[in-house]
Formats: sequence, structure tokens, C-alpha cells
Amino acid sequence: MSGINATIAVILYIVLAPVVGGLISGVDRKISARMQGRYGPPILQPFYDVFKLMAKQNIVVNKHQKFYVLCFLVFIIITGAIFFAGGDLLLAIFALTLGSVFLIIAAYSTYSPYAYIGAEREMLQIMAYEPMVILTVVGMYMVTKSFSVFDIAMFDQPLIYSLPGIFLGFVFILTIKFRKSPFDISMSHHAHQEIVRGVVTEFSGKELAMVEVAHWYENVFLLGIVCLFFASNPVIAIVLAALTYFLEIFIDNNNSRLKWQSALGSAWIVALVLGVGNIAFLALR
Amino acid sequence: MNTVLFLILYPVIVALLLLILPQLAIRKFIVGASTAILTVASIYLMIDYFNTGAVFFEFGTHTLNLGILFIEVALAAIIVYISVKHKQFLAALLMLTGAIMTIWFEVTHGNQIHATHNLFVDNLSLIMTLIIGIIGGLIALFAVGYMEEYHKHHPNVKNRVPFFFFIVFAFLGAMYGLVFANNLMWLFFFWEITTFCSFFLIGYSRDEIAIKNAFKALKMNLLGGLAFSAAIIYLFTNANTVELNQLPNLASTVVLLPAALLAFAGISKAAQMPFSSWLLGAMVAPTPVSALLHSSTMVKAGVYLIIRLSPVFAFVEGGATVGLFVAMVGAVTFLLASFMAISQMDAKRVLAYSTIANLGLIVVCAGIGTYELVWAAIMLVIFHAIAKSLLFLSVGTVENNVGDRIIESMDGLITKMPKVAIGMVIGIAGMFLAPFGMLISKWAALEGLVSANPILTVFVAFGSAATLFFWTKWLGKIIMIKEKPADFVAKIPVTEQFTLTALAVMTIGVCLLFPLISKYSLEPFIQAIYGHAYMLDQSNVAILLIMMGIILVLPLRLMTYGELNYRPQYLAGSNSSEKEKFYGSLGLTRDVTMKSFYLENIFGEDKLFKLGVVSSIVLIIIMFGVGI
Repeated sequence: MSGINATIAVILYIVLAPVVGGLISGVDRKISARMQGRYGPPILQPFYDVFKLMAKQNIVVNKHQKFYVLCFLVFIIITGAIFFAGGDLLLAIFALTLGSVFLIIAAYSTYSPYAYIGAEREMLQIMAYEPMVILTVVGMYMVTKSFSVFDIAMFDQPLIYSLPGIFLGFVFILTIKFRKSPFDISMSHHAHQEIVRGVVTEFSGKELAMVEVAHWYENVFLLGIVCLFFASNPVIAIVLAALTYFLEIFIDNNNSRLKWQSALGSAWIVALVLGVGNIAFLALR
Repeated sequence: MNTVLFLILYPVIVALLLLILPQLAIRKFIVGASTAILTVASIYLMIDYFNTGAVFFEFGTHTLNLGILFIEVALAAIIVYISVKHKQFLAALLMLTGAIMTIWFEVTHGNQIHATHNLFVDNLSLIMTLIIGIIGGLIALFAVGYMEEYHKHHPNVKNRVPFFFFIVFAFLGAMYGLVFANNLMWLFFFWEITTFCSFFLIGYSRDEIAIKNAFKALKMNLLGGLAFSAAIIYLFTNANTVELNQLPNLASTVVLLPAALLAFAGISKAAQMPFSSWLLGAMVAPTPVSALLHSSTMVKAGVYLIIRLSPVFAFVEGGATVGLFVAMVGAVTFLLASFMAISQMDAKRVLAYSTIANLGLIVVCAGIGTYELVWAAIMLVIFHAIAKSLLFLSVGTVENNVGDRIIESMDGLITKMPKVAIGMVIGIAGMFLAPFGMLISKWAALEGLVSANPILTVFVAFGSAATLFFWTKWLGKIIMIKEKPADFVAKIPVTEQFTLTALAVMTIGVCLLFPLISKYSLEPFIQAIYGHAYMLDQSNVAILLIMMGIILVLPLRLMTYGELNYRPQYLAGSNSSEKEKFYGSLGLTRDVTMKSFYLENIFGEDKLFKLGVVSSIVLIIIMFGVGI
């Protein structure tokens, strides 16, 4: 992608992603409520929440946690910026990992038992989904011969034809990434977590708002990857990304939380069967 | 040429000096000065041969070869004597077999053997030179202060510090010889010396377990040495050459088996499965020894040899299949060692498994041997050497201050020993996070593997996930903000402070400078062998450097926070009035303590190690099958 277009894409991403991400979150809560037979909050509720959090007084255990949360937000934004600028997909994944590690050590730094367990579980979650994420990138390279998001998006044939196993595997680990049941073991958007609020237990006010906004950015990035599977037709891509998200909401509301052993085990088995299977098929073809 | 000879011989002279001059002040001076001299000489050599490509030297006479043989036989006799004295008959037998093979070969073929070029310098040797000189030297410097503390903490261990430094510097000299040798017989000579040096260093404390582990390392490396020796004899009798640079030009019928044998020697020295246990056992030695074995010497010699073989795997017909099985051994090692690191509580064991895993990744790259992967392999060698020595030495410093090296004891290290902790954070980040070094090379490795052999990326994908887990949980322990115990005072010798600071700065420095290292050192080297070089994508390099800049600048924000509203952490509403304490049952006040996940049931050593040994032996047997 040319320099100017990439710059415009990055600016659009930085400005629009939180809006889109927040709206998705609002719709998510509305649909979830309806599935549970409730009326649900207004679609704009996530924005109201974040604005209110921003206005709250800032209570912290130590100042380092503020710093780490800031780094988390910054690197999640960089992840998406690399992606939407059409940059290297592997680099984007590595930046995402760096961001996630900052959230974990933010929780560790507070020396709080609940945050600590949340952090440990968050690491388990990363360990669970990471192989499938890397295999997704590997699969995309095998088809398109490029790691560049731009080249992958411009590929003349929908990737889903060659990568059905990888797509399903990726959708599976999206449940973990979106923090949906049955795999929301490190923190949950629902008010029923056995470890208080897990990773974010000790964050309040501005920090909590930053974590929330970072998740919006992250979700837009993840849905961007889903779109890559159908990139040859943007309309279909967006429709299918929306359907995928709806599926995740559906799964969320129909499952209770599983133990970490199940999260790790099932995610790795899925990566081995669907991910590696798909790659082996491509390699032998 | 003279600098090359100087670098090989000077450490030996220093070693002898340190042996006969046992005074601490003199030792401090000699080690400090020698570190500086080796650093300067290594840099001078680099400047001298910077743009020359590979340069070969016709140095050496028949008398010199006989001298080498004499030393080899003498050392072998010493090793056999020590082995018999400790009733280690297998070690004695291996050594004896090796010595007989060498002598027989020299007696029967000695007059015909003619190597045109015994020594050479190219960019890979130069990179290794810098690693050996700078990092090896810094570790020696660290050891001066450390060994004094070590003997205070271990009163039962007999003080043999002069001997210790004798071996350390002899080791460095042998490493220099190893990376400059083009004559395989000379390479083998230095190769065996590194085996003996590590044997003496591991057994330094002379207690039961140290002796047992020293012999374990000796046996495994002597086995690798036998393969090396067999490779030389086979090469000479079938192809009439003993020169390293000739290997890729030979016919596949004569070169594949020696290549497999040499790779086997490399695998044993680089502590790959099934030989990983010797490196784990080597932990009993004082920490600077571990740092030395893991970063700048010993295991790096193993991967160095395999990297030297990669053109054989890449160009010789049928070489790719042998290389594939070498790579598979590396892949299995990378995966399983990364898994097992999760279940380890001892910081040095975590580091050891991480070394084994990273060497595995280097072996994967060198085994496949495409130009991209050779780039990744050499970059891994560089980054790993610096970050790993920093981590080992930091753990050593922590151990001398905290009393043990269990990761669980490192809670809140950042408040107890802030500078050492920051160094460790840099080292850990350097091992697995973007935009730091190891990740850059892992990235290149992934890119190279996807086009060469996609199935191998599966090992990298799962192994990397485990890597992330064990490093992050350690990182989290270190950066916890916890009240510092009132009576805790950290005492760190000046030599240790200097080394740790230098290594931390270098860890960041190479991450900022790696595009230059690549452009001026690696790319010409790979260009010369493969005809085209791995070019980093400029925009990606820019993004990495921007990320690095952000990471270096963001901490300034910590200073600008001003007054904050502090509250103790949430303890389910039963916080006591003291910090980090809560009211437990029966009204008792209890400390907050937290323990990490080690997932023994899944990633425990028992099963995984056996799995690794069995599968790697099978792979090695197939490798030899293909070689024949």
C-alpha cells in the first residue's frame, strides 16, 4: 500500500476503531440481554460507561500499574495500525502479544491475589490461542505467498476456499480472545466471576476505561483478520464477520465457564486437528 | 593473521598467569586487562577483515601438527587417568577409543594429510570472535567478584579459584581456535579442549553430584567427539580432504555421512535431545560457568558447526534429507524443552531449558539451511549469547543476595534490588518479546520455514506459546510491587555491577543496531555462499525501531504521575491494618502469598524428557541411514 493511503488507513483506524468497537460491544450487550430474556442497556451504554470511568477519581495500588496499562493500550493500537496499514501480519501478531503481556504484568505489579490469578489464567489463555494464531498466519502465507496484509487482502480468490480448517480453528480461539464463555477464565464481562474481576480487579477509573478501549481496538483488529478470509468481496467479508461475532455471542450465552484445562486442551486439539491438518493438506497438494 | 594467532594464544598465556599468581588483586587486574585486550583485539580483527570476505591462511607445519597431536594425547591420558580414578570406565573407554583413532589416523595417514588452509576468517568467525571476546571476557570479569562470594557461601568447597580461571581462559582460547580453524583436525583439537574445559568447570566443587554431572557431560561430548573423529577419517580416506570449506563442493556419496557425523557431534555439544541432560546437570557449577557454557562457549560451538554445515544441506544432492532430520531433532528439542521449562521452579533450570530450546531453533534453521534461515540462525546466536549471559549472571547475583534461586523467591525483586531486576526484565524481554532480538530472529525463522517446510512451523508455533508462558510468569514475579523487607540489604561487587550493566546495555544496543549488523556482516556473508542475501523489509525494520523507541521512552511517563490516590489491594474486605496482610480464619493475621502455575501434570519433565530422548534417537538413526 502506498505511503499516503497507509497513513490515511492508520488515522481512520485510530479514530474509528473505538467507535466501531464500542458499538459492537453495545450491540453485543443488547443481543446478550435479549437471549437472556432481558430488555438490555442502550446500544451506546459502553460509551457512557467509559466516559463515566474517565471522570472518576483515580485510585491505584501503585503507579507502575498505570504505566503498564498505558503500554497495553499503546501496543494494542500499534497492532491494529500495522494491520490496517497493510503491514506484516506476523509483526501485528507480535505487537498484539507484547500488548497482552503488558496487561498481564500490570495485574502482577499490583500484588493482589485476585489480579494474580487472573494474570496467570490470562497467560494460560494466551498459551491456548497462540499456536492457532500463528498457524493462521502460516496458512495465509501458504496460499498467498505473502505476509503482507495488503497482499493477502488483494489475493484474487477468497482464502476460505483453501483454508476452511484454519478458519474454523481461528473462530474457535476467537471465543477465548473475545473473552466469551466457556473460555472467559481470566476475566469476564459478565458479573459472575469466581475471581472477582480477574486481571482487572485492581484497575479503576481511567485505567479501567483504557483497558475497555483497548479491547475495542483489539476486537476490531480480530474481526479484521476474520474479514481477510473473505477479502475478495468486502460486503460478504463484513457480513460474515458480523455473523461470526453473532456466533460468539450465541456461544457465550449458551455455555458455562470451563476450567483452564479444558480451554488449553481443546484449543490445542483444535489447532492440531484443524490448523495443522489444513496446513498439511496445503503442503502436500 | 597475527591477530588470529594472538586471539588463540593470548588467553592461554593469561590462563597460565592466573594459575601461578593466586592473589586476588593481581587476578582482578589481569582479568580486567585481559577482557579489555580481548575486546579490543576482537574488534580490531573485525575492522581488519570487515570487507575482505572469507580469507584463508596457509599457516602451519608438520611439526605443529605433531605438537597438536602430542597435546591431544597428553590430555587424553589425563582424562583417562581421572576417569579410572573415579571408576568412570565408560568415560575412560570413550576417551581411549578416541585417542586410539586419532593416533592410528596420524600414524597411518599422517604423512599424506595436507591441508592447504589451516586457518581462516570470515564474517561468521568474526561474529563469534566478538561474542567470545566481549561476552566471554565480561563473564570472566563477573566471576572475579562472584567466586569470592561463592566461597563465602560454600565453605565446604575447596578454594581452587586460580585453577578455575586457568580453565576459563583456556576455554576462551579454545573457542577462538575453533572458530578460526579450517582444518577439521585442528577444529577437532579445539573441540575436544572445550569438552575437557567444561568437564573441569562442571566438576569444580568436587562434591558427589558435581562429579557425576561432570562425567555425564564428558561422556556425551566424547561420544560426539568420536563421531567427529570418524567423520575426519571417512572424509580423508574417501575424499582426500580435511578442510571445512571443501565440504559443500564434494560429491554427495562422500560428504553425506561425514556431514551427518559432524551434525551428530554438533547435536551432542549443543545439548540437543537426547543429550540435553548434560547441560541441565552443568547447573551445579558456579553460575558464571553456566553463563559461559550457555552463551559464548560450548553449546555455541555445537551450533556453530551445524551452521557451517548448512551449505552442505542446502547444496549437496541428498543433503537436504540429512538436513531435514537434523532440523527435526532441533524442532523436537525446541518444542519439548520449551514445554518442560514451564514446570521448572529453579531459575537456572528455566534458563537451561530455554537455552536448549533456542539452540533447537538454531539447529532447525541451520539444518534446513536456506539463506533466510541461516540469517535467522546467526542472529539467534548473537541475541541469545547476550541476553542469556545477562540472565544467568543476574540470577547468580540474586542467589548470592536472596539465598536461593527459586523463581518464587523473586517476588518483588524490583523493590528489593531494582537495578538487577531491571537488568533481568531487559534480559527476559530480550528473550521473547517484540521488538527485542530473539523475537526478530524467531520471526525470520518462521518466515524462512513457511517457504521451506511449513510443517516445521507447527513446532515453532506451539513451542513459542509455551515460551511466552514461562517467561511472562517469571517477568510478573520480578516486577511485582511489594513491600521491601526492612532488614534486606543488597550487596553487589563492583565487577558484577559493571558486567550486568554492560550486558543490559548490549541487549538493547544490538536490538537497535541489528539492521546494521545484518547489512554489513550477515548479508555479505550469506551473499557469498548463496548468491543472494536475506534482506530485511525496510518498513518492518522501521516499525520495530519505532516500537523500541516507544518502549524506551514510555517509562518517562512514570516520573510524571505526581500525587496519586493509593489504596491497598483488594483482599475480599479483610485487609489488616498492616500492608499485604489480611485477617484469616480464627482472627489470625496472615501474609499475602502467591504461587505460580507450574502445570507439572501436563508439562512435567518425567514423561516429556523420555519422549524427547526416544523420538530424537529415532530421528538421529534415520539421519545416519540417509547419510549412508
